[in-house]
Amino acid sequence: MTGERRWLVAILVAFTALAPLPLLTGRDDVLNFVLLVLLSITMAQSWNIIAGYAGQVNLGHAAFFGLGALTARTLWIAGAPILLAMAAGALVAVAFALLIGAAAFRLRGAYFAIGTLALGEILRTFVSNTLPEISTLPGTRIAGYRLAPRYYLALALAALSVIAVAALAGSRLGLGVQAIREDEDAAAASGVAARSLKLRALVLSTALAGLAGGFFAYYHISYYPSHPFGPHWTFEALLMTFIGGVGTLHGPVLGAVLYVLLKEYLTVSWVDFHLLIFGVLFIAIVLIFPGGLVQATEGARRWLARRRGASTT
Amino acid sequence: MDGIALTVLAQQIVLGLLLGGLYGLAAAGLSLVFGVLKVLDVAHGELIMLGGYGTYWLFALLRMDPFASLLVVIPATLVLGAVLYAVLFGFVVRAHEETRIKNSLLVGFGLALALHALALRLWTADDRSVTTAYGGAVLHVGPLAVPVIRLVSLAIAFALIAGLHLLLARWRWGKAIRATAEDWQAALLTGIDVRRAYLLAFAIGTALAGAAGTLVSVGYSISPAIGLEWTLKALIVVVLAGLGSMLGTFAAGLFVGVAEALSAAAFGGPYREVVGLVIFVVVLVLRPQGLFGRECR
Repeated sequence: MTGERRWLVAILVAFTALAPLPLLTGRDDVLNFVLLVLLSITMAQSWNIIAGYAGQVNLGHAAFFGLGALTARTLWIAGAPILLAMAAGALVAVAFALLIGAAAFRLRGAYFAIGTLALGEILRTFVSNTLPEISTLPGTRIAGYRLAPRYYLALALAALSVIAVAALAGSRLGLGVQAIREDEDAAAASGVAARSLKLRALVLSTALAGLAGGFFAYYHISYYPSHPFGPHWTFEALLMTFIGGVGTLHGPVLGAVLYVLLKEYLTVSWVDFHLLIFGVLFIAIVLIFPGGLVQATEGARRWLARRRGASTT
Repeated sequence: MDGIALTVLAQQIVLGLLLGGLYGLAAAGLSLVFGVLKVLDVAHGELIMLGGYGTYWLFALLRMDPFASLLVVIPATLVLGAVLYAVLFGFVVRAHEETRIKNSLLVGFGLALALHALALRLWTADDRSVTTAYGGAVLHVGPLAVPVIRLVSLAIAFALIAGLHLLLARWRWGKAIRATAEDWQAALLTGIDVRRAYLLAFAIGTALAGAAGTLVSVGYSISPAIGLEWTLKALIVVVLAGLGSMLGTFAAGLFVGVAEALSAAAFGGPYREVVGLVIFVVVLVLRPQGLFGRECR
């Protein structure tokens, strides 16, 4: 617990240190890069809530990101303030989660995973068929486009997601879903209301994903409406979370930093090369270090400490 | 006018059946692996993609007939399957059932990503298909046109499934594989080498994916990105058919092919992908205990 609190403080200090960046540098590439890391942290943490803490591998996560983007974009272009539009996007994402949650949570383990993957693909196909036209901001909005407010918004969202996970971890809800993750039948037998707690975790997770989608709609000048519904949004969140350390507070943050860093760096020389590296790394993590980098570094530290202890005696 | 509409519909159904046969073949490998090893290999579509590229390059570089290339692709993917089992899935099967399925899903996902990225690097994102001299041949049955290549593909798919069915029913190791699928602990107690049965099932499943890839590259087209789509198609068929019967899997494949054709006719082409997914979700939700049909969990 205390270790988790220490990580929360460390991450929030780092975010605070990043806050004045737009004042210090005029370089858009630097700002865009940090912004991308922050968006990735938000997505990874939102996925971490349902998959890491509650143990429900949701492979349809992109659907909620996409719904948030679609709703926020539509309202924002129609003239609503962006924060209101994003809140509406989160609401729509949550409404969809409640709609499908009842059916999806009849499924367990891998069946939940493939079921949600199919649901996400159904929604994506539907959106790409009904809205095939690219969505571009009107000229006046493009003229008024500034990166700095978007940067601050991304920072606030990332901080919100980290605080949400930290608050969840120690709460009754968090402990309940972790019990479900370890053994659903045993948890239910000892009085945990499994269905209802899983649904609440899904609501929290999808609300964050919906907000992140709204941010995406605010950040990008033009994109196809079906793009935020693409399965790669789910897969990236999954990779970052697992590589960092699934079900921990700081794991997804580390994973997101590493992922975006390698992705941006490697894409220069070889498009999608990072996916080859992360695919292999991911397999190694699942088979050897199911706790991700967090577990690997902890293991290494303990091993070193033991060696040092052995050499002094 | 009605007569023409009916002909068009019948033509769609015929094309749906032809494609459905490939769904059946694609699903047979996944079903075998899922049923025997209790692992869900979501890289199955990427293995189909690799089989397709095998045929494509044998044709492009060596001018090998695509159907003859099955004689190379099947043994090669058999070996590939054995290697994948040795380095990856052999470790996954050591876990208990629930962890095993979840881990296999994740390992398969990592493998799918890696194979996709590798294929993209080696062969670019271009759509490719094998175009032979006899590629355009069409068989006319009354008012219906049946592309000969796809008909031959359907026949080959059926022959492979029937062969697998016989293999599992008659061959010594086929029986061992079925016994392992039924209850691996009991199989172990009767002296069956369960690990060997796992290895064989995975290798055969991979070879079936390779063969499916060959047929996809001839009648349709391949690109590094087809993996996810084919994995989903195979999953849909497996969920619909249940486990245990290869001929039933083939029939379910034909059913999905026809269902897609009908929904494309009713709602327009872009929605053909949705019908299978909807069937999939409905079947999953109605049978939430999963495909093994065990209530006690």
